Amino acid sequence: MRLDPAPAEPLTLAARRVHEAQGFGRRAFALFQAVRHPGPLVWVLPAHAPHLPMLRGLPDGVGDRLHVIRPNSEIDLLWSVEEALRATAVTLVIAEPEKPLSLIAGRRLQLAAETGKTTGLMLIREGAGSNAAETRWHCTPLPKETADSTPHRWSLSKNKKGTLRSWTVYWNGATPAFNLVSAAGERHEPAETPT
Amino acid sequence: MVAVDGADGLIADVTGVPHLFGGDAELRDDLHAKLEHAGLGVVSAIAETRGAAHALARHGGGAVPEGELMAAIGRLPVSALRIDSKTGEALSRMGLIRISDLAAQPRAPLARRFGSGLVRRLDQALGMQPEPVAPAAELPHFGVRITLPEPIGLQADVMAGLSRLLERLCGKLACHHMGARRLRLVLHRVDRETAHVEIGLARAMRDPERIAALFAKGVDEVEAGFGIDAMRLSAHITEPLPPEQMGAGPNLRHEDALADLFSRLGNRLGFDHVLRLLPARSKIPERSFLLAPAAYSEAEAPPRRQGPERPIIIFPPEPVMTAAFHQSTTPPARFRWRRMQFTTLRVTGPERIAPEWWFDDPAWRSGLRDYWKVETCEGPRLWLFCTPQVSNWFAQGEFA
Repeated sequence: MRLDPAPAEPLTLAARRVHEAQGFGRRAFALFQAVRHPGPLVWVLPAHAPHLPMLRGLPDGVGDRLHVIRPNSEIDLLWSVEEALRATAVTLVIAEPEKPLSLIAGRRLQLAAETGKTTGLMLIREGAGSNAAETRWHCTPLPKETADSTPHRWSLSKNKKGTLRSWTVYWNGATPAFNLVSAAGERHEPAETPT
Repeated sequence: MVAVDGADGLIADVTGVPHLFGGDAELRDDLHAKLEHAGLGVVSAIAETRGAAHALARHGGGAVPEGELMAAIGRLPVSALRIDSKTGEALSRMGLIRISDLAAQPRAPLARRFGSGLVRRLDQALGMQPEPVAPAAELPHFGVRITLPEPIGLQADVMAGLSRLLERLCGKLACHHMGARRLRLVLHRVDRETAHVEIGLARAMRDPERIAALFAKGVDEVEAGFGIDAMRLSAHITEPLPPEQMGAGPNLRHEDALADLFSRLGNRLGFDHVLRLLPARSKIPERSFLLAPAAYSEAEAPPRRQGPERPIIIFPPEPVMTAAFHQSTTPPARFRWRRMQFTTLRVTGPERIAPEWWFDDPAWRSGLRDYWKVETCEGPRLWLFCTPQVSNWFAQGEFA
């Protein structure tokens, strides 16, 4: 099988792979990715989870493509994620497993994603990552400086095909448009003033 | 011979029957007595023609002796002739109010002015044109069965038998332009026990291979015992499914693939666990959207965003710990939520939402709610609300 090269554009998830996101802002990150994946979306979350995506707050064009699967048990949840990843009709599968994925489960999901040409995104708890994940993102919302900005810090803490980086993104959660803050280089020596 | 007559009537051909009861009137009395016993109030009429019986049953009822047809229905309004309301109005505007007025008119001008429909209805009522009574056709039954000369027990054998049944059933469905929505497979064992396997489909379908794949799991769980010697397959819930053009393009294949996924998920998890978000008309945040089974609903574009911002995630209200002396209706400067300490940076609001008094919702017993978007120094942007009557703070959502 031909391996896809790592995406050149920042904040793009490699296709046909399963990724992980953690941190308080992981659901915002998942919706950001949902906007950028055209086609049907599947969000798998346990039936007893109290939270739900709120239709009126979702980004434009996501609400009518989103399907919510609410399995009763963890095993059913993993099974539904695998089935959804294996289906070619779905473009992005977002899932919220409650327990850390075992290496076998993680690998199975990667294989399913390859078969179905689907991207997967697991929203995991802190430190519950699986070794089989392609990338792991740490997402935190940042306090805003001005009244009308919604900054997020999205940093890669694991990347199988590339380097780790951190981005500060302004994304308001409504439109596909976003603003990338250019990375500030760390200065080790005082700036030289031209004489 | 009985047929349905209009939306609210039945018509029966009683030629050669009344003398068994002693006459038309006795037959009618007998019918009324029986229906009254069953708890039905009816009006009935017996006449020489179907049209006349129809007209008379809706205008008083009664039995018309032979040869007195014109006298019996002549006094009825023209609208009794099964004509549309437009023709009826036009006739009454011309002064033709009763059927006897109409029957006296020359026929050619009538036909020219109102079309052949009126003349045909008049002829049918007066018996100049025949109008037979035909019962409605029986609904097709979508069931097939197979009996086996030797009992079988292997899963592959059952699946092979099932695929033969499915081929016949799907052919039958295709003939009637129907698609199956739920199917039931009954396996009869040698020891006279039966096993049932039932599946649901996310979309009306009549494709044998795709349906067979869904049966695999159920058939796997069946206990074969000493063997299975008969199988019966029925589609007990069906929906109209017009024939589709072959190779209708990637769009249709895409939809099929999605429907297959939902069928697979629904058969294991239950169709009420495979959901879709639909907009609802309510200002109450919890009720502003519905979770509807994806198999039984159509995707609907959410309404345009307007008014105050809404969070991306909503959860049931969770109490927020504030300092004990904080009793004001503006958001607290510092609060604890989910064991995390937050400092308020900026607030937007309030947005006051009043409970829907016509629903008795226990969550809204505390009355009005003032919603605030609270941005914290720690980062998270939360949706807090306060109930002014009791001055408690809750968190209900998070923003992007």
